[in-house]
Amino acid sequence: MQASQHAAHAGHHEDDSHGHGPTGLMRWITTTNHKDIGSMYLWFSFAMFLVGGAMSLIIRAELMSPGLQYVAPEFYNQMLTLHALIMVFGAIMPAFVGFANWMIPMMIGAPDMAFARMNNWSFWLLPPAAILLTASLFVPGGAAGTGWTLYPPLSVQMGMGMDMAIFAVHILGMSSIMGSINIITTILNMRTPGMTLMKMPLFCWTWLVTAFLLIASMPILAGAVTMLLTDRHFGTSFFNAAGGGDPVLFQHIFWFFGHPEVYIIALPAFGVVSHVIPAFSRKHLFGYTSMVYAIAAIGLISFFVWAHHMYVTGIPLTGQLYFMYATMLIAIPTGVKVFNWVTTMWRGSLSFETPMLFALGFLVLFTIGGLTGLVLAMTAVDIQLQDTYYVVAHFHYVMVAGALFSAYAGLYYWLPKWTGHMYHEGLGKLHFWLSMIFFNIAFFPQHFLGLAGMPRRIPDYAQQFADFNTISSWGSFGFGFSQLLVLVVVFKAMKGGVKAEARPWDGARGLEWTVPSPAPHHTFENPPPFDPAEAHG
Amino acid sequence: MARNSNKNHDVSRLRRGFAGFLMAGLAGIPAGAANAAWDISLQVPVTDLARRVYDLHTLLTWVITVIFVGVFAVVAYSLVFHRKSRGHKPADFHDNTTVEIAWTIVPTLILIAIAVPATSTLVQMRDTSQPDLTIKATGYQWKWGYEYVTGDAAGVKYMSVLSTPRDQIENKTPKGEHYLLEVDRPMVVPVGKKVRMLLTASDVIHNWSVPAFAVKADAVPGFLRDTWFRAEKEGTYRGQCSELCGKDHGFMPVVVEVVSAEKYAAWAADQKKAMAAVADDPAKVWKLDELVARGEKVYTANCAACHQPNGQGLPPAFPALDGSKIVKGPKAAHLDIVIKGKPGTAMAAFGAQLNDTDIAAVVAYERNAWNNKLGEVIQPAEVKALRGK
Repeated sequence: MQASQHAAHAGHHEDDSHGHGPTGLMRWITTTNHKDIGSMYLWFSFAMFLVGGAMSLIIRAELMSPGLQYVAPEFYNQMLTLHALIMVFGAIMPAFVGFANWMIPMMIGAPDMAFARMNNWSFWLLPPAAILLTASLFVPGGAAGTGWTLYPPLSVQMGMGMDMAIFAVHILGMSSIMGSINIITTILNMRTPGMTLMKMPLFCWTWLVTAFLLIASMPILAGAVTMLLTDRHFGTSFFNAAGGGDPVLFQHIFWFFGHPEVYIIALPAFGVVSHVIPAFSRKHLFGYTSMVYAIAAIGLISFFVWAHHMYVTGIPLTGQLYFMYATMLIAIPTGVKVFNWVTTMWRGSLSFETPMLFALGFLVLFTIGGLTGLVLAMTAVDIQLQDTYYVVAHFHYVMVAGALFSAYAGLYYWLPKWTGHMYHEGLGKLHFWLSMIFFNIAFFPQHFLGLAGMPRRIPDYAQQFADFNTISSWGSFGFGFSQLLVLVVVFKAMKGGVKAEARPWDGARGLEWTVPSPAPHHTFENPPPFDPAEAHG
Repeated sequence: MARNSNKNHDVSRLRRGFAGFLMAGLAGIPAGAANAAWDISLQVPVTDLARRVYDLHTLLTWVITVIFVGVFAVVAYSLVFHRKSRGHKPADFHDNTTVEIAWTIVPTLILIAIAVPATSTLVQMRDTSQPDLTIKATGYQWKWGYEYVTGDAAGVKYMSVLSTPRDQIENKTPKGEHYLLEVDRPMVVPVGKKVRMLLTASDVIHNWSVPAFAVKADAVPGFLRDTWFRAEKEGTYRGQCSELCGKDHGFMPVVVEVVSAEKYAAWAADQKKAMAAVADDPAKVWKLDELVARGEKVYTANCAACHQPNGQGLPPAFPALDGSKIVKGPKAAHLDIVIKGKPGTAMAAFGAQLNDTDIAAVVAYERNAWNNKLGEVIQPAEVKALRGK
């Protein structure tokens, strides 16, 4: 994205001062520019997405038919663990931090992020963490084979791959916390005069709440894995009953992080969709205020529902009842959001460019994932479905469809602003339809597998599960390879194509559309006047 | 997983209705292939509780289907009639307090309505009081141990291990009907009796699960958990470990045989007799070849999953025993690691699982198998002497 930007704004050197900085590789290593760092985050997350995706294809190849085909069970366990860790921490989270870096300063009329050097440091922490995670496959004993939840005592049995995963989590947590501090400070202090919090674009709102969730939850994960580390090597017994500890304590701590994490991933996705749907409906978002309250409510409640991941661990009946009711409560603000998006489209003037298609795909699939979440909230039903493929289907509808589809909606929406060129609409639409169809072929049958009782995290299965698994595997291969189309689309847009106007979408609102396309290296060196017509994304 | 022919009629009607509804959406997928199982709902329940869970799930699925169809009917209308390409001009309305209150209250009422059956089902699920029979299940990497605590079979105790042959798993021979869902010795319970399960584990967290009973509970090392079921029909019901527990997590099924009271009493008597018959005389002095022959059986059942039948292990997580320093070293150290295990690794403490004779036999086997031809005999009395230390 940067190469074309270089070329494109070589013409207006008067507002381009980065010519003084280093060039080549050093430019990227030393950059403090939010756009450069945003691009690096996005490229990094896409690379990790391909690595994690390749692992999922190994998993699905093994599950194509009953019997052990390609990989040994212990390697299978390592694949499913790394697939999840890489997708969650390496792909989805950095992708949305990339969007935040690129777009938040441009949306609020700020020249850059508040702490530009720390921004560079939070990005450059990611590659070492990614190397630790992937390199752990090649150390004696291989990578952690515990699932991304890292439950002890199993995680205490693992080899040094486990320690590498623990350090990777520490580093990723530091990066996230620094990124969050940066985002909060930028949003609270650097909005252009006149843009009050309640006139701020929704993407900024979702990130403001997300950043607080990150600051509150990442240290808890760091604590949990540190206790694991000392249990493994320094003779402590936090999670060992023989020494007075409790293995289930880890699960409480892990999920106290793990549930907010779900919304750390989902909220920025909601933010992107809340920009795209109004733009292509040519209509204001129906209920801006209620959306803000719903975001805040979801963020808050996400801290009070963690044990719904632990209904079968033996927590008391009263605990199960409380967590069931609290979990059901989340359906209300989530419903408010879905109803708001639907009402925004109602009586609009809809058109279906690729960003809108992905936003609609998000809406359909995320709603399915949310509704199966309601089924899983019911403790008695969850106990039947816990650790089955129903859960796998549920969270892939929420994570892949929720986060990935909305990230694509954002990518296609802002790509003209980043590269200065319109992307190839035909390829974009092809990418959407292939993704939508193959995603459902891959994951919808998994609901049935789970209902029939197929446990998750097994490399081989009984024969009655064979047919749905075969369908699911073919779907996942189709889905996986369709994602390579994005590379083609992005490279084509970087190289050339129809020149994008400053505001390529006639229904789009927001300060980011008031600067030229591609966005110059430095924008809003002076705070822009705030036009209420640009408010509310 | 239990394919029971006596389906409950109410449930199967609900099931077919729902199946038909969903299958309509899946038209085009050919049915009837070999081993095809196109079941799209929970397994046929065989306990009152499982039936309630089944019905609750069916109710919820209908509720979410109706919500989904309702919401996306509105979306579909917009997508068709409010298109720019049809020349539709955008309206400019936003924020309507009445609408916003309505779409908060209505979901709340729906949630309260479904919370009522969800709560009562859960309360019933957790009531483990006044059982007719109590059985303790212990999860091991990777098998289940059953111990009858009360009832006719009180004191009966055995391991239940996957019986699917390795050749089927490696696709060398055709897979049997109950591939991966069969064990050498199932748990046996009487029909119609309330069975309370006590659950624990010896190494990592496992999960004891039988979907047809709506039973699923973690077995946590160092803690006891409980759950219960009252099976209404005789038959064999199958489930699997449902918490990732390491390498062979996918290979430790749960099989429960539900039999009549008479058969259960007869089974219990047989088990007690058999236990008395095979009880080893701890003072017996064994000869090398009979000890090694017995040790090979113990090895296959307990050790081969990790250390492999050829003794080569799967290094570095599961070291080779063939030529191993410990195996070829002093007897006492070898016995010690078998009895006490190695903390922080998957090497379990077999002292609690195997009797003195079995431990003596398996250690003797390891010291004489493959290239470890040490020619040593180990007597049960030596194991007994070492246990105390």
